[in-house]
Amino acid sequence: MARFTRGFAGRRTERDPRLPPGQYDVGTGWPVLTAEPTPKLDPATWSFRMEGQVAAPTTWTWDEAHALPPSTYSGDIHCVTTWSKLGISFTGVSVDTLLAAARPLPAATHVMAFCHTGYTTNLPLADVSDGKAWVVWEVDGKPLPREHGGPARLLVPHLYFWKSAKWVAGLRLMDHDEPGFWERNGYHDRGDPWLEQRYQGDE
Amino acid sequence: MTGAPLRWQQATVVEVRPETATAKTFRLRLEGPSGHLAGQHYVVRLTAPDGYTASRSYSVASPPDGSAEIELTVERLPDGEVSTFLHDELAPGDELEVRGPIGRWFVWEGNLPAVLVGGGSGIVPLMAMLRLGRRTGNAGLARLVVSVRRPADLYYAAELEGPDVTVVYTREAPPGDGRAAARIAASDLAPVVAAGATAYVCGSSGFADAATDLLMETGVDADHIRVERFGPSG
Repeated sequence: MARFTRGFAGRRTERDPRLPPGQYDVGTGWPVLTAEPTPKLDPATWSFRMEGQVAAPTTWTWDEAHALPPSTYSGDIHCVTTWSKLGISFTGVSVDTLLAAARPLPAATHVMAFCHTGYTTNLPLADVSDGKAWVVWEVDGKPLPREHGGPARLLVPHLYFWKSAKWVAGLRLMDHDEPGFWERNGYHDRGDPWLEQRYQGDE
Repeated sequence: MTGAPLRWQQATVVEVRPETATAKTFRLRLEGPSGHLAGQHYVVRLTAPDGYTASRSYSVASPPDGSAEIELTVERLPDGEVSTFLHDELAPGDELEVRGPIGRWFVWEGNLPAVLVGGGSGIVPLMAMLRLGRRTGNAGLARLVVSVRRPADLYYAAELEGPDVTVVYTREAPPGDGRAAARIAASDLAPVVAAGATAYVCGSSGFADAATDLLMETGVDADHIRVERFGPSG
């Protein structure tokens, strides 16, 4: 049970219902938070791969990925460091399209997103299926900047944003769960902002 | 790895002291030994009488020392809901809720060579590392390069003398400084980069990108660079 902090009233006027608990609206800014140097990736050699527990392991080049049916997410994103960005739009391809091509095996339950930098993050397969996840290369109609994961990043906007791996290189489907980079370093395995699943051990 | 759940605990403010015109260090007494590693952070949560809460993360500046006290250094952001409260209201004897220590990536355990590169308030977690090296008799194992605009912006100035620290002034150098005010350059880093050292870079996103590029120029492998970027932490 939280105890009151002497003298603290807070600055809120009315709280935007789009903000999960413990989050604040960062406004027009978009903080950059990464643990590794920002890589310079050339779309000419970029690729995205579906592998692991799939019937048809598949690799797409930049052009091949762009030839897939485009899909756009418009909504909000939430960072575990407590900022949220409301009303942002990303365009790329739905992970459903990529899964349909690679055909997950029945044993597949989780995915490990892996990146050109070596970063990884784990997700239940259900959290990247059924219209919940994208691989995106545009933000608000412009190419995704390098510091925000360009040329392409994973987008899983219903979970804390460290799950939306920058510089994503592929998804490895697994028949079990295992922790990715931040998950090994103290952060939650699932990361639902509405449940405030920030750190290992949170509900 | 599944750690023990991080619980909220009451911390008592035991000391508040200014570092610069806009930064203060808050010394907090926890309910038990902190057990933190150099580089880790805590979340501070403020709760209003109606239950409204605001939380922010702040790096620990004090080294691991087995005690139940930690120091958080907080920059006052003019529009920062939490940092303005901490600066303007919080006094010794006050209690507030904290949770931590958090983060097992941007940490230095004190036994391998480290190059610490900080921009402005990015010095805070690096200071825990510098202090750890010094207090365990390994001064020099961790070497700090800190970039600030001008002398008045430097946190912990009294401790930043010595051969293990380089201060880079970008706008205004103090009289007698051998280096003209200029942005951090590879020539500032090359002398302190030890073979096999891990680099810890902390600062704004722009600073972090510039510093990592410079470190790579001086031959540090990208795999040996750990970065912590300061987003807004109002």
